[in-house]
Amino acid sequence: MKKHTLVALMQDRPGVLTRAVSLFRRRGFNIESLTVGHSETPGISRMTLVVESEAVEQVVKQLYRLIEVLKVSDVTDDPAVEREMALVKVHCTNTNRSEIVTLTQLFDAKIVDVANTSIIVEMTGSPNKVQNFVDVIRPFGIKEMMRTGRVAMVRGARTHQGSDYVGAEENGHVAASTWN
Amino acid sequence: MSEKMTGAHIMCEALVREGVEVIFGIPGGAIMPFYYAMYEYRDKFRHILCRHEQGAGHAAEGYARATGRVGVCVATSGPGATNLVTPIADAWMDSTPLVAITGQVSSLVVGKDAFQETDITGITMPITKHNYLVKRIDDIPYVMKEAFYLASTGRPGPVLVDITKDAQQARTVPNWDIKLALPGYKPTLQGNRKQIRAAVELLTGAQKPLIMAGNGVIMAGATEELRTFAERTGIPVITTLHGLGAFPEDHPLSIGMPGMHGWVHVNRAIQECDVLINIGGRFDDRVTGKASTFAPNARVIHVDIDPSEIGKNVRTEVPIVGDAKLVLQALIEEMPPREATAWMQHIRQLQATHQHKQQYLNRPDTNQLMPHDVYAALNRTLKERGNYRVITDVGQHQMWAAQLIDWSRPRSHITSGGSGTMGFAVPAALGAAIACPDETIWVICGDGGFQMTNQELATIVQEGITNIKIAIINNGYLGMVRQWQELFEDRRYSHTLLSGPDFARLAEAYGVCGMTVETVDGVEPAIEAAYNHKGTVVIDFRVEREVNVFPMVPQGKSIGDMIEQQPTANPTA
Repeated sequence: MKKHTLVALMQDRPGVLTRAVSLFRRRGFNIESLTVGHSETPGISRMTLVVESEAVEQVVKQLYRLIEVLKVSDVTDDPAVEREMALVKVHCTNTNRSEIVTLTQLFDAKIVDVANTSIIVEMTGSPNKVQNFVDVIRPFGIKEMMRTGRVAMVRGARTHQGSDYVGAEENGHVAASTWN
Repeated sequence: MSEKMTGAHIMCEALVREGVEVIFGIPGGAIMPFYYAMYEYRDKFRHILCRHEQGAGHAAEGYARATGRVGVCVATSGPGATNLVTPIADAWMDSTPLVAITGQVSSLVVGKDAFQETDITGITMPITKHNYLVKRIDDIPYVMKEAFYLASTGRPGPVLVDITKDAQQARTVPNWDIKLALPGYKPTLQGNRKQIRAAVELLTGAQKPLIMAGNGVIMAGATEELRTFAERTGIPVITTLHGLGAFPEDHPLSIGMPGMHGWVHVNRAIQECDVLINIGGRFDDRVTGKASTFAPNARVIHVDIDPSEIGKNVRTEVPIVGDAKLVLQALIEEMPPREATAWMQHIRQLQATHQHKQQYLNRPDTNQLMPHDVYAALNRTLKERGNYRVITDVGQHQMWAAQLIDWSRPRSHITSGGSGTMGFAVPAALGAAIACPDETIWVICGDGGFQMTNQELATIVQEGITNIKIAIINNGYLGMVRQWQELFEDRRYSHTLLSGPDFARLAEAYGVCGMTVETVDGVEPAIEAAYNHKGTVVIDFRVEREVNVFPMVPQGKSIGDMIEQQPTANPTA
């Protein structure tokens, strides 16, 4: 099944995240990652989700049924910057510490904590690159890991701005169909 | 109005401002402030005290379905609120405009497992169009307005407003200067012209076109437009369970109901048609049967106000998002008149060679009461007397009613479709009776469903409602389940044999008129007597017990694959 990256803008009202997540569960949509946070517009949250589905159009349409959802875009085939961050606590010893440091530098990752038997590495990059880093570092012994899931933004002048949708009631339908 | 009011008074005031004339509910701890305030509003709107919150919810649905207006039900927190879950789910599945107001424990103890605390907004999230937990009095005017707006516009549906007790008790000067801020909610009403032209092109070129009319036609008030469009184009019209009444069944272009218990010729026509335009129906699995085999030759045009319905179950070539009335008007404008074709004759031939109403009503020459005798008599009476609504419950009796009564008016047939809620009919009739005091509200229900909510007879009596006539098709079984057990499970009647009280005496105990009919000869006099009695009547029709609904599409099969009549004796039985 194809993986799709969706970017959604929604009003930051109580329960909006629960509504979205509950919707995915009950419609049986398989969500690989979901990240949500503030957008550039106050009161508007931005969600990036990666969904594995043949029926991505249904995911988009069902999201639009939520009153708070302003805009959902499938950016899978758009030129987009996609990033993920991972914090990885790697087991280390006096003998292999420098090897880990070298690998970290090769991946443009950052060491953010050093202790006697462990190092925390902050790795930010495309989801592929983060995965490669994790694969390479795993043999040293990963004690803990937290990955954020993907965030995405389309390159160039095209925008997904919250301010395009709030206070624009006169502009006809906003969150209606993908058909019209 | 610059005086301070309590949150509860503001709730009442909001209902008045929304034009609410009746609400259905039961008081309790967390909603008491609202009931306290309501006492002062008893001249402004009516409150019907139901016997169970489920009854209040279905009554509000019945009111909404009979009028097209928003139905309102009220309950307290905890068990009161959870008892509303079934009607809310029912309204969700059938797109019924409903506002459910529930009291919640004080905001100071929300989240602390307080007495009668239930997270009702969490529970109803997947079965409401939207819901709110209101903890601040200042939010009440806005939320009430938005709730009614959401419930009644676009694709209608249930909205739940949960208000904490302290918000109801607080006092403030309400601000009624409300501008709704719903940037993410803009239902598309006007169909896209390009798609409408594409639809017209498909229909114009079609040899075997069909119109399928659903609930959306009735909710949009588009029955006149549908008729004009059908007559102008000569295209045969199918009406789904919720579309019954959207197009008169005695019209020469009406061919009947499709689906699991639809007519053979209708399902065959669907399987043969080359263009199918579905207006305001959602291709429920009870209509399509196995979806991948549905209408295999058809290019599908789907008109729906909810974009998410299009392409959900059936592949669609021309999607038209919009209000059925406006889309039909546009179709009428764009579509050149078209002559009826041999196609219609072909369908009528199919009809003649397969079981249809009349053959179905042919009965064995005995005096044993068949369910169909009741429908035949009721159908005659309804036609003669007019001025009726029929509320059905869920099961065999419901399918017989859909099949055997000649539906002719929108909103004259009210049933629980998508959710299939047994126990819907009696309380829904209560709501419809209040909405339509000058009409006769017939309930047709089974003995199973009747026993789920018949306590609302007490409400009917207390409220002085006299225009409800209840026909129980009593076969002493959970009949539809028994039918499946007979046909597909080798007659293992696992827990479908059902006893009940003497319904006539039960009716008398509630203070309404009760009758029992056990023979064919008794049917017409009983119906006549029901009309002559100035008050609610319950008729217990004790019918032949193991009669099945045919034709039937077995679950998961193609609609082209119908069981047309009772199979001959099962050799293994």
